[in-house]
Amino acid sequence: MAPSTLSAAFLIARKDLAIEFRTRTAFFSAAVFALLGIVIFYFAWDPTAVASIDLAPGVLWAIFTFSGLLGLQRSFGIEQADRAIDSLLGAPISRESIYLGKAMANLVFVAAVQVIAIPAVQLFYGVPLLENAAPLALIALLAAIGLVAVGTLFSAMAVNTKLAEMLLPVLSLPFFVPVVIPAAQATARLIAGRPGSEIVGWLKLLVAFDIVFVAACTLAFPFTIEE
Amino acid sequence: MITAQGLSRRFGGRTAVHDVTFSLAAGDVLALFGPNGAGKTTLLRMLAGLLKPSEGTGSVAGIALPGGAELRAAIGYISHASMLYGALSARENIELAARLFGVRDPRGISTRALERMELHHRADTPVRLLSRGMQQRVSIARATVHAPRVVLLDEPFTGLDDSGSAALGAHLAMLRATGTTLVLVTHSIAEGLALATHAAIMREGALVRLEKGETIDPATYLTVYREHVTHGA
Repeated sequence: MAPSTLSAAFLIARKDLAIEFRTRTAFFSAAVFALLGIVIFYFAWDPTAVASIDLAPGVLWAIFTFSGLLGLQRSFGIEQADRAIDSLLGAPISRESIYLGKAMANLVFVAAVQVIAIPAVQLFYGVPLLENAAPLALIALLAAIGLVAVGTLFSAMAVNTKLAEMLLPVLSLPFFVPVVIPAAQATARLIAGRPGSEIVGWLKLLVAFDIVFVAACTLAFPFTIEE
Repeated sequence: MITAQGLSRRFGGRTAVHDVTFSLAAGDVLALFGPNGAGKTTLLRMLAGLLKPSEGTGSVAGIALPGGAELRAAIGYISHASMLYGALSARENIELAARLFGVRDPRGISTRALERMELHHRADTPVRLLSRGMQQRVSIARATVHAPRVVLLDEPFTGLDDSGSAALGAHLAMLRATGTTLVLVTHSIAEGLALATHAAIMREGALVRLEKGETIDPATYLTVYREHVTHGA
C-alpha cells in the first residue's frame, strides 16, 4: 500500500536532507552568503546616523530572504539531474506530498542558515538577539514557513525554464514582502524590549500569511508540474 | 494489458503523437522504433501516466489513462536518464523507491534487487561513482522493485557496453517470462527484435507500421524500417 501524503512527504524530505548533508553545496553557499552579507552591511553602516537596533532587524531579514533563495533554487534543481523528478512523479503518491516534502526540507535548510546568521548579526551589531532566543525562534520559524511555502512552489515553476536562477527571485520576492514586513517589525520590537502585546499582532499576521500561503501553494503545486 | 485508441498529444500547436492505436496482452513485448522526434517518448510518458493525452483513450493494467496513483503503482518506467540521485547510494535509491511504492520490507527487497542485478558489492556506493552500465542496472532495479505488471523502457540500452546490453537483455527476458508486459523504445533494431512479440515504427507522431512477432523478419526489418522512416512508405 502506497504511503499517505504525510508519510511520502517525510520520505522526500529525508531524502533531500540526506543529499544536502552529503553534498553541503547549498548550505555552505547560503551560510557564506549570509555571513558576507552581514559583513557588507556592517561596513556600509554609519552608526552615527542609524542606531544598530534600528538597522539589525532589516539586515537580518534581508539576509534570510536572499540566502534562503539559494537553497530554494537547489530544491528542484537536484530533481532535474538525471530526471530524478520522474521517479517521484511515477510513484503512487500524491503530488502534494512532493511539495510538502520539499517544503519540509527547505524549512530545515532555512532554519539552519538562521542558526548561523543570528549569532553573527548579534556579534556585529551588538543587539540582544540570543537573549531573546525563544521568541525570536518563534518569529523566525513562522517567517521561514511563509518564505519556504512560496519559494518551494516557485522553485518548481522556475526549474524547467532557461532563466531559472533569475526567475525564482523575480517571482518569489514580491510574495516574500508580506512575510518579511511582519517578521522584521516583530524582531525590531522584540530587541527594543517593547511589550509582548506589540509583537502579538505581527505574529498573528505571520500565522495568517502562513496558513494562506501553505494552503494555496499546496493546492497549486500539482498544476505546476503537470506537463 | 495495454490498450491505446486514437491517442494523441499536442504541445501548443505541435502534435507530438497522433492517433496511435494498438493493444498488448500480458507478457507481450512491443519494440517501438522510430527516428528522434517521432513521438516515442511522448507516447511512453502518456502510458506511464506522466502526460495527459490530448485526445483518445487508453488503459494500462485495466486502468484508464491518464490514471492516478493506482495506475502508477502498476507501472515501472525506465528512461535513458537514470532517474537516480547521484549523492545517494544504489541501495538508498532502490529503498526510497520501494518505500514510495509501499513495498513491504523495503530494506530486504532492495537487497534482493541488488543481488539480482549483481550489484550487492556496490550497494553502498554513491550512484554518481558507478559506471553508466551499473547505474542503468540500479535504475532497472529501482523501476521494478514493486514488481510492476507493465514496464515501459525508453532507450534503456543507450550508453551500455556489450556486457551491459546483454545483462539488460537477459533481465528483460526474465521479466517477459514472468508475464510482465514490456514496451521497449529503442534505436537498436537487433536488441529490440530479440525480445519483441510485437514491433512498431513511429514517424512524425504516428504509428506507421505495427506487426506481431510471427510476421516479423529480423533479417529484413532494418530495410523495412528505413523505407518507412526515410521514404514514408
